[in-house]
Amino acid sequence: MSRTDVLVTADWAQEHLGSPGIVLVEVDEDTSAYDKGHIEGAVKLDWKTDLQDSESRDFVDREGFSALLSAKGIGNDDTVVLYGGNNNWFAAYAYWYFKVYGHRDVKLIDGGRKKWELESRPLSADVVERPATRYTAGEPDASIRAFRDEVVDAIGTKNLVDVRSPDEFAGKLTAPAHLPQEGAQRAGHIPTAVNVPWSKAANEDGTFKSDEELAGLYAAAGLDTAKDTIAYCRIGERSSHTWFVLRELLGHSNVKNYDGSWTEYGSLVGVPIAKGA
Amino acid sequence: MCGAPEQGSGLAGVDLSTQTVIQGQVWHDGSPVAGAYVRLLDATDEFTAEVVTSPEGHFRFFAAPGEWTLRSLSPLGRAERSIAADVGLNETTLAIS
Repeated sequence: MSRTDVLVTADWAQEHLGSPGIVLVEVDEDTSAYDKGHIEGAVKLDWKTDLQDSESRDFVDREGFSALLSAKGIGNDDTVVLYGGNNNWFAAYAYWYFKVYGHRDVKLIDGGRKKWELESRPLSADVVERPATRYTAGEPDASIRAFRDEVVDAIGTKNLVDVRSPDEFAGKLTAPAHLPQEGAQRAGHIPTAVNVPWSKAANEDGTFKSDEELAGLYAAAGLDTAKDTIAYCRIGERSSHTWFVLRELLGHSNVKNYDGSWTEYGSLVGVPIAKGA
Repeated sequence: MCGAPEQGSGLAGVDLSTQTVIQGQVWHDGSPVAGAYVRLLDATDEFTAEVVTSPEGHFRFFAAPGEWTLRSLSPLGRAERSIAADVGLNETTLAIS
């Protein structure tokens, strides 16, 4: 796995618009951006309504994901090229999610929607219709998804990477600063976690930093490459961005994303919490 | 929910006795700039959040009291300013020169 297997440039995406076997997918929480204008031919996925179960706090199940992708016209053999707003947070989340369900060929557009817009590339408001497919999702891959008990056991033994902003890590904020301050019952971080904000892995235009810069970033933070790693944030989308960096760009093995993240951990009864920088 | 609330919408339901709201507009050449990316940087210049301006150029952050920097990016250019925020409403303007 290397950078070119998992990341494409905006130029590449623009050159491959409409190519058979390539499906562009925009992923956002608020899909009004897509509705106003999206990359030509891209289908949309709504982070919440499409990818989260409406009752239990979990993914849609294997059958649900198969039905979703079938309806979107995505085939098992298609190359799925993801992009979105928020510096690709939700696109990275979808990348990780597609990998949990075993999709073979998934890529991100480097810089996502922001770079595309900053470069004034064309957007279309046309309705995109693709013929339905018969998609079959794989068994969920538990090797890349962490659950709470494993996270509690990882304290002091595995690398825990908290990718939220320094103020959230310190316990001064409980949510990113573009949101009202609400969320978990307690503020702070998981003891022994290192704080490497996701934003340190990205340039201002939303593209990923170079492999060399990224390797230096996590080495400086004290990440022990001999150990397994669990990344978390508040709800698991920013940590998907870091999971993508560590596993897909830097090639670390045994990296999991904890999508329960701080909203779950910070509301658990009886677990230790650390505060401060 | 992690997507930003609609930028420029009213402050109904926001408790200004506890929230530190930083909001304003991005301007260029006498007009508000829609679709600009505005990022909030903390006192150490670390990225904290980013929103996209509304059709009327509005942005809003929910921060904490302290020193912050606002920086906007758009195809029209960049703008930046520092702000000292307190609990309550803190308003400012970013002008792209």
